Amino acid sequence: MLKQNLTNSIKMLVQNKIRAFLTMLGIIIGIAGVIMIVAVGAGAQSVILNEIEGVGSNLLAILPGNTEDEGPPASVFGITITTLTNEDVYSLLDTEEFPYIEAAAAFVQGSDIVTTNQTSRQESFIGAGYQTPIVESFEIEQGHFFTEEDEKSLAKVAVLGFDVKEELFGDDEAIGQKIKIGKHNFKVIGVAEKRGSSGFSNDDKNIYVPIKTAQKLLLGINHVSFARVKISEEKYLDEAEEEIAYKIRERHDIPLGTLDDFEVRNQKDALETLTTVTDAITMFLTAIASIALLVGGIGIMNIMLVAVQERIREIGLRKAVGAKKSDIIIQFLVETVFITLFAGIIGIILGIIISYLIAIIVQSLGYAWDFKVTIFSVILSAGVSGIIGLLSGIIPAIKAGKLNPIEALQYE
Amino acid sequence: MKGPLIEAKNITKSFFNGEIETKILHELNFQIEAGEFVAIMGPSGSGKSTLMHILGFLDTPTGGEFYFNGQNTTELDDNELAAMRGTTIGFVFQSFNLLPRTTVLENVMLPLLYQKMSQSQRTKQAKEAIEAVGLSHRITNLSNQLSGGEKQRVAIARALVNNPSVIFADEPTGNLDSKSGLQIMQILQDLNLMQGHTIILVTHERYTAEHAARIINIRDGNIESDGPVNERILAKNEVELKK
Repeated sequence: MLKQNLTNSIKMLVQNKIRAFLTMLGIIIGIAGVIMIVAVGAGAQSVILNEIEGVGSNLLAILPGNTEDEGPPASVFGITITTLTNEDVYSLLDTEEFPYIEAAAAFVQGSDIVTTNQTSRQESFIGAGYQTPIVESFEIEQGHFFTEEDEKSLAKVAVLGFDVKEELFGDDEAIGQKIKIGKHNFKVIGVAEKRGSSGFSNDDKNIYVPIKTAQKLLLGINHVSFARVKISEEKYLDEAEEEIAYKIRERHDIPLGTLDDFEVRNQKDALETLTTVTDAITMFLTAIASIALLVGGIGIMNIMLVAVQERIREIGLRKAVGAKKSDIIIQFLVETVFITLFAGIIGIILGIIISYLIAIIVQSLGYAWDFKVTIFSVILSAGVSGIIGLLSGIIPAIKAGKLNPIEALQYE
Repeated sequence: MKGPLIEAKNITKSFFNGEIETKILHELNFQIEAGEFVAIMGPSGSGKSTLMHILGFLDTPTGGEFYFNGQNTTELDDNELAAMRGTTIGFVFQSFNLLPRTTVLENVMLPLLYQKMSQSQRTKQAKEAIEAVGLSHRITNLSNQLSGGEKQRVAIARALVNNPSVIFADEPTGNLDSKSGLQIMQILQDLNLMQGHTIILVTHERYTAEHAARIINIRDGNIESDGPVNERILAKNEVELKK
């Protein structure tokens, strides 16, 4: 009987191809949407995760200003806060006081016209502490990174990221060449290895100059944008977080119980915050996609009501030859569930294809975006479309089951 | 002792439109034995279709009792009525009522879908029924590829397939040309004479009714006459219908 009902359903589908397709479209779009949104959410999270893993999990970040525990840093809102300085960062390099701190570096960012013999273009530069390669775990391929002396003496030297070296000098030797940032000449002393993009930033496009040089000559400021501290082992993270905060609080003369003017964050906190945000966005978008599912369900209900009306005589005949009310109800329910499930499967396949294309496109833009479609979202989508079929099939099926065979047979 | 196949005792049928009662059938009494070929005749509105619906378990009487094979069927519920239709009744309709874009075999098999049996048994019975109406060469054709006469033969095969106690034919020739109509009536007559099927025919056409052995004339919900087919009755009916 079930087999017969399924055969019927397939026949209905084949006989009314266009109508069936239009009927299914709502479900297809809804399911594809849900699959895609969940995949995009997972992809975005993977970018964040890769970003954080890229810089290392035993890093602490020191940010100027303060915000609520879970909120984004103040700099996100475009507010410049000048409370964090180089001296704060230097104070952490005392190996007796902080034996677990492996390295620390402060950073500022800016952008200016960068000129070489061949080209002139707007580039962004990073004023970085001399321990940056240790903090960010990368090697210098040619030449060397700038030293503590370079930093203290405001040396006009620069280290190029792998890509920026290619852009500015092509295959030519870059070490020893002069570049001009704004009005100042810098000597290229090193080229970093290719690091690949991690997360939202491409470190291969960085031009590094000593932080003090950047502050005094290029930007005319005294504060730093943020600092990163590398802890020797992950188990010291909590202790380090606390003691660093204590140290800087002491340096800034902040009495106990008042709000700090800086913030120490570890990468785990950042990860959790961002995950919470992306989860919320994913949920929100999924809810929107679900509306498409709802509309699709109503569409299917509508078309099944029409189908019942069109097939009144068939229903009458079936009843005349012995079909019970329940036989008719089951027949129409099976048909509706079949159509929605079929639509759901098309939607799942479409969703996976679109998610895959998105992943390819985003990856080609240089982001570490993972293509992730979970079995959970597939099963959930299939389940949801089955339930929608069942729900939207109930009313038409009961209507069909209730038909009086005599009236149905005489229906014109 | 075996009683009649069908026994109607004071069967009435009324329709209600709010408070207003319209009586369609007035206390009908008759018996039909197994193996009979009965034509129920009467002008339109006489109640002959309503009677057929009751005898075919598509409808229930408002009053009186209807015995089928000695069993009082008046109190059966919807599912029991459906089961009766599925196992003891075969219907042939004026407008064929075949499933469109469905093969002859599938159409004939339809009543068996609601019976518990193996698919191979269904196919076997359906093929036998199709053979009985001489359409074995059309078995895989779609219903809409058939002529009117062939369609009605498929419908007869469908009515035969569950080996019913009674075949009801409601104006079976009404949508056919006279030649196809004659063929259909001959098939029904053969089923009755050669294979002993009980056939109840509802019609208002003389040439259709004359294939039966007995005619029950209905007029305004009453039995006007009930007896063997003879020229007088047929001629009278023809005159009546032409009025």
